[in-house]
Amino acid sequence: MLDRAMAAISGTGHRVVNGVWRFGFACRFFLAVLLHSGISFRRFSLTIKEIYFSGVLSLIIILVSGLFVGLVLGLQGYETLQKYGSESALGTLVALSLVRELGPVMSALLFASRAGSAITAEIGLMKATEQISAMEMMAVDPIARVVAPRFWAGVISMPLLAAMFSAIGVFGGYLVGVVMIGVDEGQFWSQMQSAVDFRLDVMNGVIKSCVFGVAVTAIALFEGYDAPPTAEGVSHATTRTVVTSSLAVLALDFLLTAFMFRGI
Amino acid sequence: MPSENLVEISDLNFTYDVRPVLQGINMQIPRGKVVAIMGLSGCGKTTLLRLIGGQLKPSQGAVKVAGQSVHELNREDLYNMRRRMGMLFQFGALFTDMSVFDNVAFQMREHTDLPESLIRDLVLLKLEAVGLRGAHDLMPNSLSGGMARRVALARAIALDPMLMMYDEPFAGLDTISLGVIGNLIRHLNNALGATSIVVTHDVQESMKIVDYIYFMSGGQIIAQGSPDELRALDSGFVHQFVHGEIDGPMPFHYPGTKYAEDLALETAHA
Repeated sequence: MLDRAMAAISGTGHRVVNGVWRFGFACRFFLAVLLHSGISFRRFSLTIKEIYFSGVLSLIIILVSGLFVGLVLGLQGYETLQKYGSESALGTLVALSLVRELGPVMSALLFASRAGSAITAEIGLMKATEQISAMEMMAVDPIARVVAPRFWAGVISMPLLAAMFSAIGVFGGYLVGVVMIGVDEGQFWSQMQSAVDFRLDVMNGVIKSCVFGVAVTAIALFEGYDAPPTAEGVSHATTRTVVTSSLAVLALDFLLTAFMFRGI
Repeated sequence: MPSENLVEISDLNFTYDVRPVLQGINMQIPRGKVVAIMGLSGCGKTTLLRLIGGQLKPSQGAVKVAGQSVHELNREDLYNMRRRMGMLFQFGALFTDMSVFDNVAFQMREHTDLPESLIRDLVLLKLEAVGLRGAHDLMPNSLSGGMARRVALARAIALDPMLMMYDEPFAGLDTISLGVIGNLIRHLNNALGATSIVVTHDVQESMKIVDYIYFMSGGQIIAQGSPDELRALDSGFVHQFVHGEIDGPMPFHYPGTKYAEDLALETAHA
């Protein structure tokens, strides 16, 4: 009995120490990425290539999801607003929901699932097949050459994807509200224009998506770089990327919303 | 005047966590020679190679390459040193998102300001040396194991290194590729005026091409000599290893309880 208790305490302590050690390693890794980011801008073609892989190739899933979210928002919004005779505010509801929350959050979650998992798997497999070691032995820093361009590509792609998600979502809301249900088109757009503030709503949404871009890409890169060089290790790292970055996005969203819109 | 030995390892110990991997290694690799480090899997050969390349730091002792203590170099000096080293990894480690041409051109583009036209000529020269000039447009996933190894070799010699390191260059190759890689190691070493370290457990192929052999077991050097001297040994671990005998100082059976005990035969008869 005592042995089991001791083993449990020892196991817990071991996990805590490992967690702290891993967190420290992650911070050092992130710092190294920032310090070695020069090449990502000096040789911007490296970053452009990664923007294509993580940003452009995520466009389809972002646009399709954004359209459906906009369609659903239009339907649900109309159902609720018509009870109070405020159908004309449908445009405002759709736009604010998308620009403030759904655009940055949903696109970050989709980005984590599509691009984040791909980044982790790619870096993990590069490590497992000794490509990272080979690069080091060729006197080329893999943090600067492989990791940093992917990081900045993610950070640049994320707000662009979120903007496209919101734009197509607003179009979805327009299709349902104006084209299908018959809400007045002039009121739909004019109320939206007067209610959505560029600095308070749009810019805060952009800031959110930039922060999510940093979080998701940094987590994906770290998990890949830290993955044990085995099939199982890469598979676990990929799963961890999606789970950790999704939770990070949701938690950061709460914090950012609290600061931005409630002024805590 | 440069030292006669390009690599000098003295009293080298390396411990992974608490497990000793290398103990008291002393080794000299003379300039211009091809030296093999042999031993069973897990005896510390690849670790030794990583210590020479500066990817690991010794727990004790020193590794000197061209007179410089590798683990005492700062990052910039270590990278400068590595530019004069080439390493062939066990399965090539080619960059899978680049063509054969781009793989070989990688170091030239990263470390030199050569014009693209000159890089093209140099890459084709290196590929010609390993017999794969015609494959320069292929992607790594279109190559056989032997071809990938040859492309990796062309990439490793891209900047004409002074020291070439080969990590299990013969692993998983057919007999023809085995001979091709063996010949390339020897001929490229002579042509480049380089020094080569071959970590392998392929006795027959490596004995044909190397000048000197270190035998390792349990993280220590247990024998050394020319291929002929080691072939002449008629007993012990080296004899068993060189002649591929199943049983000997390295037993076939993993240590355990008596077989009869495991089958509960002795209890049944009692």
